[in-house]
Amino acid sequence: MEHMRARILVVDDDPALAEMLTIVLRSEGFDSAVVRDGSRALDAFREVRPDLVLLDLMLPGLSGLDVCKQIRAESGVPIIMLTAKTDTVDVVLGLESGADDYVMKPFKPKELTARVRARLRRGDVVGAERLRVADVEIDVPGHQVTREGEAITLTPLEFDLLVALARKPRQVFTREVLLEQVWGYRHAADTRLVNVHVQRLRSKVEKDPEHPEVVLTVRGVGYRAGTV
Amino acid sequence: MTTKPVEAGGSLPSEKRHTWWRRLTHTSRTLRLRVVAMTVVLSTLVMILLGVVLQGQIRDGLLANKQSAAIAEIENAIVTARGQLVGAETNPTQLRAQLARLVQDIGNPARATDAIGQGATAGVFDPVVTPLRPGASAISAVGPIEDVPSGLRDEVEAGNETWQYTTVLRKNAAGTLASIPALVVGAPVVVQGSSDAFGVYLVFLLSTEQKTLAVVQQTLLVGGAALALALGLIAFLVATAVLRPIRRASTVAAKLAAGDLTERLPVRGAAELTSMADSFNGMAEAIRIQIRQLEEFGTLQRRFTSDVSHELRTPLTTVRMAADVLHASRDEFPPHLGRATELMVDELDRFESLLFDLLEVSRYDAGMAELQVETVDVRTCVMECVVAAGPVAATTGVRIVTNLPDDEVIADVDPTRLERIVRNLLNNAVDHAEGGPVEVEIAADADSLAIIVADHGVGLKPGEAGLVFNRFWRADPSRQRRTGGTGLGLAIALEDARLHGGWLQAWGNPGTGARFRLTVPRLQGFVLCGSPLPLRPIGQDDDSIDDDSIDNESGNSFHRIDTDDGMRARFALGPPLSTPGTTGGAV
Repeated sequence: MEHMRARILVVDDDPALAEMLTIVLRSEGFDSAVVRDGSRALDAFREVRPDLVLLDLMLPGLSGLDVCKQIRAESGVPIIMLTAKTDTVDVVLGLESGADDYVMKPFKPKELTARVRARLRRGDVVGAERLRVADVEIDVPGHQVTREGEAITLTPLEFDLLVALARKPRQVFTREVLLEQVWGYRHAADTRLVNVHVQRLRSKVEKDPEHPEVVLTVRGVGYRAGTV
Repeated sequence: MTTKPVEAGGSLPSEKRHTWWRRLTHTSRTLRLRVVAMTVVLSTLVMILLGVVLQGQIRDGLLANKQSAAIAEIENAIVTARGQLVGAETNPTQLRAQLARLVQDIGNPARATDAIGQGATAGVFDPVVTPLRPGASAISAVGPIEDVPSGLRDEVEAGNETWQYTTVLRKNAAGTLASIPALVVGAPVVVQGSSDAFGVYLVFLLSTEQKTLAVVQQTLLVGGAALALALGLIAFLVATAVLRPIRRASTVAAKLAAGDLTERLPVRGAAELTSMADSFNGMAEAIRIQIRQLEEFGTLQRRFTSDVSHELRTPLTTVRMAADVLHASRDEFPPHLGRATELMVDELDRFESLLFDLLEVSRYDAGMAELQVETVDVRTCVMECVVAAGPVAATTGVRIVTNLPDDEVIADVDPTRLERIVRNLLNNAVDHAEGGPVEVEIAADADSLAIIVADHGVGLKPGEAGLVFNRFWRADPSRQRRTGGTGLGLAIALEDARLHGGWLQAWGNPGTGARFRLTVPRLQGFVLCGSPLPLRPIGQDDDSIDDDSIDNESGNSFHRIDTDDGMRARFALGPPLSTPGTTGGAV
């Protein structure tokens, strides 16, 4: 399992860019498959069963946002958006439709592979760890989150975010620290990533997302886990 | 830019009084009130004038009547006297009795031969008969001789029949003496066949006429006041009717201004009004068309920006990746190919930042830029930029000196844009520092914060401070750039500052260096009125003529009172870009 080459599905309509992405990914040790039409993306996803999806936001057929929602509806597989739009609304919309991270065009190959690796880096969990935040129980090695015995489905990213907060219950995490720990950014990046994913996480784990008990906002600083 | 919402009905008493006062002064300035006030004032004046004239006429008429009646009465009295005084007694006692009888006869109409009785037309009178014999005249006088003025007596003694107005003292109903106007008629009576002469006087009291006049006066006063009030009311009604279309037009104009471009005035009523409504509606239609065109233009521009962004970025990404792949294996290339790959990658970096800046500028031009406000410690943002600028500064031997407050400077700003401003200012300063230190200073007061980035390099020549914010402007085209600036950095920084409702200003002297000051409000929506830091360095106040600044918020060359350098407050004079050395930038 560890030594298998990770499979990456590239959803991009630009043939030159798709080919270039394949070249770069192959040279970095990934397998890749390309689909150029948004409407065929879901079929390709089911067929390829990738470990990660690189998704261009602007696609013919079906828009990248819709593809993102479709994939997210049936899988928690990491999705990284490729976007040419810098406008807040577009980035936020992309993240809200389920993307874990995004890379702004034009990007450097190293930047892209760093993002990809960060999303694929999983399972560095040691020991049978069980955590508890408010009334939510986290089985870290089993990747299970339950409230009163009822399972809550989280994407790997949301799970990582929750675990990062839950491991140090009294610590307040700034958005920058979370970006580094959860997303693997080494230098300052877009803190909107954190905001959007905290909202998504809350919508799943909180009883009332308007009055959060699991992931608390510390105004002007960041977030921390709710008291046990 | 958004306008600050005006709170209606503030809770503070002073505010309340303020609104109340404003409403009052506003009302006093309305056209309707002016029309009513003018009508009332003018009609009152006319009424007063008319009253005075009418009263005079009535008084004159009354007195003329009285006078002719009095003269008729005295004619009768003369006849009576002549008849009774034939063979008048020389004995004073008998004469006195005779005169008393005569007075009684004159005063009593019943006994008079004439048909006209006393009081019929002339009213009540008091007769006085006095002998004109020298010496004893006063003693023998019968009747209230003291009521007859001496001037009249002299005239009668001279043989003339005459009259005079005077006032007499009479007891009124309350028993006190009151002076009453009176008409006194006098005539001499010469007894036939005798040298005896007598003066006959009739004293007519004018109290009736006085009462009549008082009634007339009162009637005129009450009538006039009522009429003036009625005219005022009429004026109010007419003004309301006339002003109604104006009010309607004002309401419609307000709706138009609020964005309801389909609002129109009804075309009906008087010819003037329909023509006004027609012109108004024409204007509204013209504005609607203009605005729609501008909106379409804006949408096109926005889509174009977005399209260019996407269309350019996708091939650029491919080129970028290809170049980086080549760059990664440049060691395997012959030297000239390796160097070519390096150049390609470096220039791609420049190309990318230029593209990014261009898109940013066009986004500002299209009015699409929006603020993502977060509550942050500004010191952290600035320090990140300082750290990021460190490597480039080090290669040119430039030291970045920071002077930050000990307490955190919390503000509601867009950290991405704020950092971009500081980064651009730092890059610019490092580029022009000539190896000298670059100083970064932050200061804050309750409402605003200021960041100064200063260098001690070539500085700015007179007039250049206004040009630095222009796109692609370079002080010296032959200068070598170290930080790979695109020429758009300061222009974008200025737009970023404006978006925050802040100012970005430059100051410089040749040889002294240049200073850039960013001032932003700590809470969005606050309108800046000063900066916590002086734009000019201390000790440089005497060199420059004046500080002038541009209100970056409105983008107009709006000169404000500049209070940034200590206690001095003054208006900046002259065109904003003409003052040497210092200015706020306008694009």
